[in-house]
Amino acid sequence: MLDNLNLLVLAPFLNVQLLVDGLFIGAIFALASFGLALVWGVMNVKNLCQGEYVIMGGYFAWYMGASGIHPMLAMPVAAVGMFGFGWVIYKMIISRVVEKDMFTSLLATFGLAIVIQQALNLAFGPEVQVANSGYSTHTIPMLGGSITVAEIRLYSFLICCAFAGCIIAFMKMSRMGQAIRATAQDVRAAKVMGIDTEQVFAFTYALNAAVCGVAGVLISMIWVIQPFYGITHSIRSFVVVTAAGFGNFPGVIMAAFGLGVAEQFGGFIFGAEMQQVTVVGALLLVLIWRQVQMSRHRQAVQ
Amino acid sequence: MTSVADERGKQVEPAARRMITPHDLIMFGAIVLFGILGPLLFPNYTFQIAVLWLMVLFAQTWDVMGGQMGYNSLGNIFFFGAGMYICAVTQIGLFTDVGAFTSSTDQGTFNFTPDQYYIGVAAGLVFAAFGSSLLAVALGWIVFGLRGPYFAIGTLGIALGAGELVGAWEWVGGGGGIPIPVYPGSGDGKSFFYYCLCFGAAMATFIFLKWLYSTRFGLAINAIRDDEEKAEAMGVHTMRHKTVAWAISAFFLGISGGLFGNMTGFIEPLEVAFPAPTFGIFMVAMALLGGKGTIWGPVIGAILFHIVKEATWTYFLGWQWVALGVIIIVNIVFFQQGIVGWLQEKYPSWFGIEVEERSSSAKEAAE
Amino acid sequence: MSNLIEVRNVSKAFGGVVANDSISIEVPEGQITGLIGPNGSGKTTLFNSVVGYHPIDSGSIKFKDKEISKLRVQQIARLGMLRTFQQTRIYGNMNCIDNMLISVPHRKATFFDMFKPYPNELRDKAEDLLEFVGLYEKRKLASGDLSFGQQKLLEFAMALMNEPEVLLLDEPTAGINPTLINGLIDRLKLANTEFGITLFIIEHNMRVIMNMADNIYCLAHGELLASGTPDQIQNDQSVIDAYLGAH
Repeated sequence: MLDNLNLLVLAPFLNVQLLVDGLFIGAIFALASFGLALVWGVMNVKNLCQGEYVIMGGYFAWYMGASGIHPMLAMPVAAVGMFGFGWVIYKMIISRVVEKDMFTSLLATFGLAIVIQQALNLAFGPEVQVANSGYSTHTIPMLGGSITVAEIRLYSFLICCAFAGCIIAFMKMSRMGQAIRATAQDVRAAKVMGIDTEQVFAFTYALNAAVCGVAGVLISMIWVIQPFYGITHSIRSFVVVTAAGFGNFPGVIMAAFGLGVAEQFGGFIFGAEMQQVTVVGALLLVLIWRQVQMSRHRQAVQ
Repeated sequence: MTSVADERGKQVEPAARRMITPHDLIMFGAIVLFGILGPLLFPNYTFQIAVLWLMVLFAQTWDVMGGQMGYNSLGNIFFFGAGMYICAVTQIGLFTDVGAFTSSTDQGTFNFTPDQYYIGVAAGLVFAAFGSSLLAVALGWIVFGLRGPYFAIGTLGIALGAGELVGAWEWVGGGGGIPIPVYPGSGDGKSFFYYCLCFGAAMATFIFLKWLYSTRFGLAINAIRDDEEKAEAMGVHTMRHKTVAWAISAFFLGISGGLFGNMTGFIEPLEVAFPAPTFGIFMVAMALLGGKGTIWGPVIGAILFHIVKEATWTYFLGWQWVALGVIIIVNIVFFQQGIVGWLQEKYPSWFGIEVEERSSSAKEAAE
Repeated sequence: MSNLIEVRNVSKAFGGVVANDSISIEVPEGQITGLIGPNGSGKTTLFNSVVGYHPIDSGSIKFKDKEISKLRVQQIARLGMLRTFQQTRIYGNMNCIDNMLISVPHRKATFFDMFKPYPNELRDKAEDLLEFVGLYEKRKLASGDLSFGQQKLLEFAMALMNEPEVLLLDEPTAGINPTLINGLIDRLKLANTEFGITLFIIEHNMRVIMNMADNIYCLAHGELLASGTPDQIQNDQSVIDAYLGAH
């Protein structure tokens, strides 16, 4: 561990490498976290199967890649497929827990997470998979060493930015986006004003699943997917949203970048097998920090 | 004039569980009878029935927090694993060097004498119980400022992180695990020995909690469940009660961990000690199935859950985990009050709940 | 006659909104003090500051000459200062008796007291107090099933069970059937005279507060507008203006 720290001091280009990788990964975290923030803010559902939706999206890409179609093309397929899946799940399960207390939605989605994990495991097996995008990797000399940038990471970063732009535009301009924002502020008032909140909830939840699906496609190409890796993605989303607050879109992006970078450095210093510990450590740190913050106002984190 | 919609009003348990009703005695008698006769009638299933009692213990300890106090923990399994490791380290560490034993240089050569074994188990269970409680007190400082979903996620994080951290800790065997000292006797003798301990632990938990809920403590944690802010405003020592409640959960969970580790004979962090996706979620599912916040709910839920699970698991041909998830969803979405909660609404008198008819004088006096 | 609560130059702002601006108030022991003001004038904020619900920006709050502005809600409650809520708060899933029992004073409770059962005297006392507020017949009903007015009465009984030295009531008559209000006023007065509890009351109903209070403070726009006896307040032009909206 100290050796690794020492290495970072001796070779500054490594820091740049980790920083760049962290930002690229963080952009994808931002997508999934934004979905959670949306669902949390609009319908007060703590979606604990967020990560499973990401992994499902990843399997779209992997499956298409394995069938000879370029995994990038899986993105619209995954978006549409996950949108439909999210809609069905909303109608079947989530619509019945929206009004109940928060632990109900948390546990129901946790049960859903188990179902999805196990179904993926039965369908695709427990192996770790990568969707091969076939893009090349470039090396850039810098600071006495050289950092490598895979093209796919750059592309995925740009796609994330474009996607985020689309979502912001959608939320600002479209009728549905305005309805979602109105519902987020006050469900009852929105209902009284004639907004079909049931429809808004279903759309929000489905949109979240679609966003996660897109994030999953990117994850499967620059990282790895496995049926049981979802929970880590769920916790990441919770870390980001808890740190940023769910009404704060720029905050979500910053927190996601921060988490991405922190994870890269943590993985380098403590070893790759400690990655989940790093994520959980980040979660506990954020929760403790929030508590300290709230206790200054004599409030609890709720 | 505002008035209550239904004629009888809702029934609540607290008043009832302060006394022992005839139904309580019949139920308790039936369970003790099953506990004694079970291994005699079905000697091949002694291990399974022993695990059943651990499940009963799991559900009860989860309910202290989740049902009675309204703090839904998804990470209580942490104390199970902590107890398991504390017990194992004590059993080994009393008589030989732990680091050497776990790195397997000693494993083949070091033999525990029967005396050493029993002393080790006894001391190990005691340390496991108190050690887990201490951990609960320490963790309480970190998580009790969190409410609702944040508490659930935070505790889940603790359980997941603990498994990984122990896996990286070579002194306790790391991811490879540790073999537990071997029972000095026959296989039947071992299963009988641990059966008695498991049954005793579950019954001790039940009796202890039954007593605990009859004290001021029971009311205080119910008050925290119903409205913590109000409880604070009334001067209740909320932090003290929450910490003690968690420590009590951890105490019994620590014992169960020590027992389970010895029963399986080999412990490792992810599958055996900190299985958050299996035992960790079972304890929540069982308490909900039976009816959370009731004294009998977790017991009945655990017995039903375990029997159904053991009887049908092999017929699902690999789909059993999917089925488990579906059961949890159906339970939480459609049947939230659980079996005992439902019975309590239908037959309040079984639970010793007195409900008074609304008399006209009462209406006059209050309105 | 000493002051039980002394609020000195307390200010509290939420973001840019100044809810309390340098307010000074005294609550004399054994009396009934009223706090009135139009909606949004900062009455509840001042209450929340006094009971420690949120930290204040500046000023000092003393209870029995002890500085309490840095203490937390529970510590202040255990000193003997209790508040009821504008939106009534009771333990909805517990029956009335249990609601009463959990409200026994916690100031002397030691660690091991929490494992003791409730003695019968406390149960009797709980039933007596329920009788006092007229809820004896409902004592075994889940308190969440009571009507709103009954819940207010229960919350008041719970506060009495706690034997506070001073009780801060946030709109005790709001949402209560007008025919019941006279009964409630009597009980509040009895609590003051018989149980010796000092009362500090926020109230919108002028008839009620003028009837009960020995002394009244009026807030408007976060500032102290006027103070004095009910008669003085009633004839104060600035108070009348504030209530009629002329400003």
